[in-house]
Amino acid sequence: MKTQVLLWGAQRASAAVLALCVLVHLATLIYAVQGGLSAAEILARTRGNVAWLAFYTLFVLAVTVHAPIGLRAVLGEWLGWRGRSRDAALWIFAIVLCALGLRAVIMVFA
Amino acid sequence: MSTLQVRVRRGDAFQAYDVPRHESQTVLDVVTHIQRHLDPTLAYRYACRVGMCGSCAMTVNGAPRWTCRTHVDKVARNGRLEIGPLRNLPVIRDLVTDMREFFDKWARAQGRFKGERKRGDDFARVAPESEERRLADAGIECINCGVCYAACDVVARNPDYLGPAALNRAWTLVNDARDAAQTERLRAVAGDAGCQACHTHVSCTERCPKGISPTAGIAGLKRATLGAALRGRL
Repeated sequence: MKTQVLLWGAQRASAAVLALCVLVHLATLIYAVQGGLSAAEILARTRGNVAWLAFYTLFVLAVTVHAPIGLRAVLGEWLGWRGRSRDAALWIFAIVLCALGLRAVIMVFA
Repeated sequence: MSTLQVRVRRGDAFQAYDVPRHESQTVLDVVTHIQRHLDPTLAYRYACRVGMCGSCAMTVNGAPRWTCRTHVDKVARNGRLEIGPLRNLPVIRDLVTDMREFFDKWARAQGRFKGERKRGDDFARVAPESEERRLADAGIECINCGVCYAACDVVARNPDYLGPAALNRAWTLVNDARDAAQTERLRAVAGDAGCQACHTHVSCTERCPKGISPTAGIAGLKRATLGAALRGRL
């Protein structure tokens, strides 16, 4: 039960981080494509840039925390899937999400 | 005199009745007219008729309402009314629901006051303007009608969920400076079956006939349980 409360807290906290991250991400996206920037030009700016690396790493970690906890409630309420099997599946989902996200972050950085 | 076309849910089907329309007629008046003059087999429940006892809540044109204080003027659409039992509760017969689970959840949420003062002790002094007293006051007028419980989509999806009424009651006690069961209560209302399950749809607040906001109370419980969990007191 304590874990459930902490999960809720983690989802709230990660939502706060995501609100900021999504804003920065979208604003940058809109700003970057206005002049018809190509993928190569974008990569030229992100590669080796530690600030963008840190920002998108934080973004991916926040998603990794946030999405599985939300999905946990959806699976419980919509499919009636509760208990250990659900949590095991969500751990796998979280790991895959984190791995794919960080892979993308590294590709844009290195 | 005009006529009201009323459809009443009876088991799996609706039954239609024509009820004479009166001035200042309430939905409970309509149901009572049917039972007394048209169909004595209709089962429904009421007691005080003045919005105090919380017995007469039903689903009226799709929304849960206290029928004794719901005027037909306010809810009838083109002279039609559709009346059914409250949602999220087992139906005993016609418009009567089994409220046991609803009240059991009050008990499960530690909805009873637990004092520690004895007969010889002095009175507890609670300042009327204190934050705790104000928060408790905001939720204290609940009449246990079950309208919020029927309005809640989380209850519909998660039958273990304690529901808005029980959590609102717990919140008033969390803010009671005299209560001695705070940790047990926070434990009782925390987690997937408790306050953390609330999605803040605000249906309970929208429908509460007493103007209470269980949503606000549940938000308070979420903060209180998280605080207790982080301090290792849960």
